[in-house]
Amino acid sequence: MSAIKETLIGPIFKNNPIALQILGVCSALAVTSSLKVTLVMCVALTLVTGFSGMFISSIRNHIPSSIRIIVQMVIIASLVIVVDQFLKAYAFAISKQLSVFVGLIITNCIVMGRAEAYAMKNPPVASFVDGIGNGLGYSIVLISVALVRELLGAGKLMGYEILPLVTDGGWYVPNGLLLLPPSAFFLIGGFIWALRSVRKEQVEAPEFKLARHTVVGESA
Amino acid sequence: MSSNDSTRKTLIVAFLLCIVCSVIVSAAVVMLKPVQEVNKTLDRKRNILAAAGMLVEDQSVEEQFSRVQTRVVDLRTGEFADKAVDPDKYDQRRAAKDPQSSDVLTDEQDLAKISRREQFALVYFVQDSRGEIEKIILPIRGYGLWSTLYGFIALESDANTVAGVGFYEHGETPGLGGEVDNPRWKAFWPGKQVYRDGEVQIGLIKGSVDPDSINAAWQVDGLAGATLTARGVTNLVQFWLGENGFKPFLNNLRAGEA
Repeated sequence: MSAIKETLIGPIFKNNPIALQILGVCSALAVTSSLKVTLVMCVALTLVTGFSGMFISSIRNHIPSSIRIIVQMVIIASLVIVVDQFLKAYAFAISKQLSVFVGLIITNCIVMGRAEAYAMKNPPVASFVDGIGNGLGYSIVLISVALVRELLGAGKLMGYEILPLVTDGGWYVPNGLLLLPPSAFFLIGGFIWALRSVRKEQVEAPEFKLARHTVVGESA
Repeated sequence: MSSNDSTRKTLIVAFLLCIVCSVIVSAAVVMLKPVQEVNKTLDRKRNILAAAGMLVEDQSVEEQFSRVQTRVVDLRTGEFADKAVDPDKYDQRRAAKDPQSSDVLTDEQDLAKISRREQFALVYFVQDSRGEIEKIILPIRGYGLWSTLYGFIALESDANTVAGVGFYEHGETPGLGGEVDNPRWKAFWPGKQVYRDGEVQIGLIKGSVDPDSINAAWQVDGLAGATLTARGVTNLVQFWLGENGFKPFLNNLRAGEA
């Protein structure tokens, strides 16, 4: 059981897909300007990663290696379309805000990465748990980014006013930069920095070192 | 497992997978379609009500929309064209892109920078309990700084006084051009006049309107830090209420001949 628990909890801080594996950053920039949208995106991605891992793993012994990436893509794409259809039917307002980003879960590196790295080699249940775990790891980064962006950028959380804005007669001057995608870069960078200050083992060894300057003087 | 890599196995796996996945996907699409259609219609109605400033959050949208009558207007003649087009099925945004159902605008005409104008437009009448027209809601759209703004403008029954303006879709900068969504800014619109001696006069100005100015009735406060979005909004309102927009229709309506 502890192996399963490890697969589930591990990706949250120890092996976080965004912070350590640096996967799935693109959607982290795009959908984090409001917390509500972010939560829906996190649930959608977690479910897709979990179920795609399970399905791919259950047919892993029959997948010809020459077309394995295409097989993974077809399964992931089908799941994403189903999720998108469900959102359009039961969470229309949010699906409008997420627009293309639900569709882009297909190309989210976390889903593909876990399918190729884990589900192809492990049994279905473990793959499902691994997918959910990685989805949670993705979620924790996205939610913390969205918390900061929505609170300081719009003075709200989940659409409820927390800091009354100057434009609405309050006192808070919002930081417009936080509503624009680049701000997520700074926040994710800060998250990675904080995480690696606590967990020093995540700091990568430099790939190369600058050598000392050896040329002494010009020879004639 | 080398047998997995035989051509036969590869083809079988690919074929079976495609069948299974397509069945799942099409089943989801077909089964959820009715719910999605309902959502789409509700969303459109909600946008219309919100633009007119009539949306009450706790009440059902359907109930609120029951007072609204949808009609089709031929923009080329300014007359009703309910016979030519079924208002329940007409997709105005698609029609605006289709060369079959839209006309190219010349640079001079194209104030709102939309390049094509559809031949038919949907208009909405809000009726009071006796069936008299209370408000007229017209679709408007045009280019701001980054994006096309889509919205509605509501006029009072005199077809001249603004009752409300709202945009339901745009991609302007949050905090600057995005302030077109700010209820405090939208509150500047009701009561403003559109036409002066038959010409469209309404528009945004820089800064705040001086209430004592003789032009105050035709002026709306600008958006601080969003000169280009403000210019876009002025242009699109002037286009849609002008000669190439709804003006012929509104004239007909006022004369009782539409």
